[in-house]
Amino acid sequence: MNKVLAQQPDAASAAAAPVIEFRGVTKRFGALTVLDDFNFSVAPGEKVTLIGPSGSGKSTVLRILMTLEPFQEGQLTLAGIPYHEPNGKGPFRASDRHLHQIRSHVGMVFQSFNLFPHMSVLRNVTEAPVAVLGLSRAEAECRAIDLLRMVGLADKKDQYPAQLSGGQQQRVAIARALAMRPRVLLFDEPTSALDPQLVGEVLGVIRNLASEHDLTMLLVTHEMRFAREVSDRVCFFDKGRIVEEGEPERIFTAPAEPRTREFLQSVLG
Amino acid sequence: MDWLTYLPSLAQGALVTAWITLASIAIGAALAFAAGIARVEGGRAVSTLALCYTEVFRGTSLLVQLFWLYYALPLVGLSFDPVTTGIVGLSLHVGAYGSEIVRGALNAVPVAQREAARALNFGRVHTLMRICLPQAIVEMMPAFGNLAIETLKLSSLVSLISIADLTFRAQSIRNITLDSATVYTLTLVGYFLMSLVLMLAMRLIERMVRRGAAFPRAAHA
Repeated sequence: MNKVLAQQPDAASAAAAPVIEFRGVTKRFGALTVLDDFNFSVAPGEKVTLIGPSGSGKSTVLRILMTLEPFQEGQLTLAGIPYHEPNGKGPFRASDRHLHQIRSHVGMVFQSFNLFPHMSVLRNVTEAPVAVLGLSRAEAECRAIDLLRMVGLADKKDQYPAQLSGGQQQRVAIARALAMRPRVLLFDEPTSALDPQLVGEVLGVIRNLASEHDLTMLLVTHEMRFAREVSDRVCFFDKGRIVEEGEPERIFTAPAEPRTREFLQSVLG
Repeated sequence: MDWLTYLPSLAQGALVTAWITLASIAIGAALAFAAGIARVEGGRAVSTLALCYTEVFRGTSLLVQLFWLYYALPLVGLSFDPVTTGIVGLSLHVGAYGSEIVRGALNAVPVAQREAARALNFGRVHTLMRICLPQAIVEMMPAFGNLAIETLKLSSLVSLISIADLTFRAQSIRNITLDSATVYTLTLVGYFLMSLVLMLAMRLIERMVRRGAAFPRAAHA
């Protein structure tokens, strides 16, 4: 399965530099400060889960990384590339070409899947590799079918998104993101929009991905047991800051901060 | 059977009406897409320009626009034959209304679709052409169908700039025969038959667009 995901950080650089680094990042929506002097870094290949109450800024971290949201202060680098250019203009303080370069290293899986409804499953997965990476259609389809097989949906390749269940749609969305061979894959509450009985199949795919690949993964989730299983590190967010972080075992069994304890009690019941 | 003697003349007029209507729909659609896309995707200057076009032509009377093109424009040295003038006037008018349809349908494509396109690193043009427009165009079709029929009916105004369309022919015959009831009934029937054809054509195009966009609800129907 490793040939499916070719772009992987080499071991030498892995120890050296973080693949994601937020330094003093502040993000505001009008008067509301969503991220406040935010510092955070992720090592290559690391699986990090962000948990916390809604509105605490977890999803914003992912959206900033995906260049869906600009930020006002501080610095952010991805694979050593700073998001802001020295003379960058516009809200992102960077040219389209620069943002394009950044995005070539990141992929994202959305809460509501966001598949393209007018394209078949296969087309959803091949469109970007052909249009953006310049693969031939045959190469792209070959890659797509490998990935669809990996998420267990190779037989659905000619279906349309509306013909699939939510869980199947999300698995296609994961294949679609992987087809671009990102170094970093972001999951924004990937199971929150699913019926309870469909959550398992999506978590299963993510779990396999986490255990079998060196892909760097950043997950926002409300599935605590899953977070505990897949992540190398769990970060508890509150009010735009990381209140507590550490190995999942410790966070879930012996949280140091009262706010973490309170949150975990409320969600674990 | 007087009314049979009217038919050849009315049919000739109907051909002119059909030609002016079809040409105006085609050019108007092109203008509608250009202005509608400019409103949504253009920078400030381009979208303001498109907005001005839309509001000026929506906000003034088509009849006066036609008079202006036909009588006033030659005074500054630009003159076209009546049919060209009629087509230009009608196209600009239809394009202005159509641009609002295009803008509305593009804006109705969920933001999440654009975000997904961005996350996959599609460029702006690709996002518009392959992601947004194919979804939006399906939503535009019913409104475009209305506009096409509206165009047919509005085309009767070109009779007032001396174009021998269906309305013009009807007027001429009535002036000679004073047989108002027969002439105008035939004329109404003529417009209705043409609009019926137009409506069927638009239905057909709508079905093709739906199939082209391959929405499963159409594929399965």
